[in-house]
Amino acid sequence: MSEFKTVGALTIEASTPLCLLQDAGRFGVRHLGVTQGGAADWVSMSWANKLLGNALDAAVIEITLGGLSLLAEQDCCLSLAGADLGAMLGERPLAPWRSFFIRKGERLTFSQPVLGARAYLAAPGGFDAPQVLGSCASVGREELGGLDGMGKALAKGDRLSYPGSSFLLHALQDRQIPDLEDNSPLDVVLGAQIGQFSGSSLFDAFNSEWTLDSRADRMGIRLLGPELVYQGQPMISEGIPLGAIQVPPDGQPIVLLNDRQTIGGYPRLGALTPLSLARLAQRLPGSTLRLKPVMQTVAHQRQMDYLRVLQTV
Amino acid sequence: MKLRIEVVAIDCLMVRLFDVIDEANMPWMLAASARLRECFGAHLVDLVPSYTTLMVHYDLLALSPSQARELIDLAFTDLAPDPQARGQQHVLPVWYDLSVGPELTLVSQRSGLAVSEVIRRHSEREYQVFALGFAPGFAFMGLVEEILASPRLNTPRKRVAAGSVGIAERQTAAYPVVSPGGWNLIGRTPSKLFDRLRDGYSLMQPGDSVRFAAVDHAEFVRLGGDDTPLGVQL
Repeated sequence: MSEFKTVGALTIEASTPLCLLQDAGRFGVRHLGVTQGGAADWVSMSWANKLLGNALDAAVIEITLGGLSLLAEQDCCLSLAGADLGAMLGERPLAPWRSFFIRKGERLTFSQPVLGARAYLAAPGGFDAPQVLGSCASVGREELGGLDGMGKALAKGDRLSYPGSSFLLHALQDRQIPDLEDNSPLDVVLGAQIGQFSGSSLFDAFNSEWTLDSRADRMGIRLLGPELVYQGQPMISEGIPLGAIQVPPDGQPIVLLNDRQTIGGYPRLGALTPLSLARLAQRLPGSTLRLKPVMQTVAHQRQMDYLRVLQTV
Repeated sequence: MKLRIEVVAIDCLMVRLFDVIDEANMPWMLAASARLRECFGAHLVDLVPSYTTLMVHYDLLALSPSQARELIDLAFTDLAPDPQARGQQHVLPVWYDLSVGPELTLVSQRSGLAVSEVIRRHSEREYQVFALGFAPGFAFMGLVEEILASPRLNTPRKRVAAGSVGIAERQTAAYPVVSPGGWNLIGRTPSKLFDRLRDGYSLMQPGDSVRFAAVDHAEFVRLGGDDTPLGVQL
């Protein structure tokens, strides 16, 4: 990538289709049918960047479920946040929520989930990647973003450069670390077609345990539980916000994530808050969760409070 | 128009303008979009128009939910659409042929019209772009004549070639890139529908109007079209 001022680089030795360059995603282009993209767990992405003093939305590697191996070309300082995917730095285990030194020629590997689903690896100044429609977020289906600009996942032989250097080691304090084992209910801002579901379906939605289906990707996560019954008219397609909980005719809800389509015609209960969505993005198939209604104003205040924490620490 | 504002997410409000799909909605939709963009200014993250709705995604760092509602109210105050208002007008060349549009036969049989008549009628009308979605630059256009309306295929194709032109119910569209798809394919356009290097990226924008122009094979190829037959890739 000759257009970037490179200070250091990493070489990918092994990868999977779920290891992707991501940032906060694409904005201002939703009316053209372009999906949002971006880190599924934006909280962990933000902390990974924060640990190096980067902009919170600088380009990071999103590693889902493991399978990534890379080599450092120089001595440098990187940071890791989010899931524990059994990371090893050479022969030593590497815990997330910290920055760390990696020596020239040293290998960093991610094997499989120990806790959570998605880890975020950041480098000083953010990884270099072409901006496509204002973002490097990788969306294979739309052929946008990533190292090649065409949405490809990271692959063996790819070289990831970064423009900064950092030699300060930081670790989050315990109270700052998001609790990936927190099983408290996820917050739903009620809205959209919620008034047109049957009364018993509304009761079920917020008083049942939901199981994450294996049909889960960056477009959406399907939940299994009681059948929810929509009683309204067939819908005309409309815009779909991040975190929307849509209910197709089989009555099993789907929470829509970053790579969702921009418009759709299934009725919705509302949308998860961004903080709850970040928690959901760390859940593995088979785990269970509950949903809880939250007022838009309350959710808004909590979001502002959290962003303030991220910005002022 | 019966205006309703609904909460749909922490930082998104749905502005519902109409209850049915109608070309006559478009001047209102265009005027409302322009005014919303103006009123929200830099605090607008995204505005997602669809047939009867405008979803406003605003910057929650800058606006509270009630401030966002006030801005929507402001945008609709004395809103008067120009009945002549229209977006850009496009002519999309289409090579209507069985090798790239295998459902020409199906649409012909269903309607009782000769294939040539199906082509004539599909290319005769001017269509409105109601919304973009499904994929970057994929424009949902309508309405096609009732007689040409065709339900989606029972089994969507795993791979539809870029440029494929199709019909689903009373809508028509062209696929910008190779993708899965369940529309009835009747031809292919050589036009590049989405281009990251073009100003505005997408050839068609919500509110634009589009006419299809039948071209022969030689012209299709001359315009850069890929005439690889679709094959049976179900």
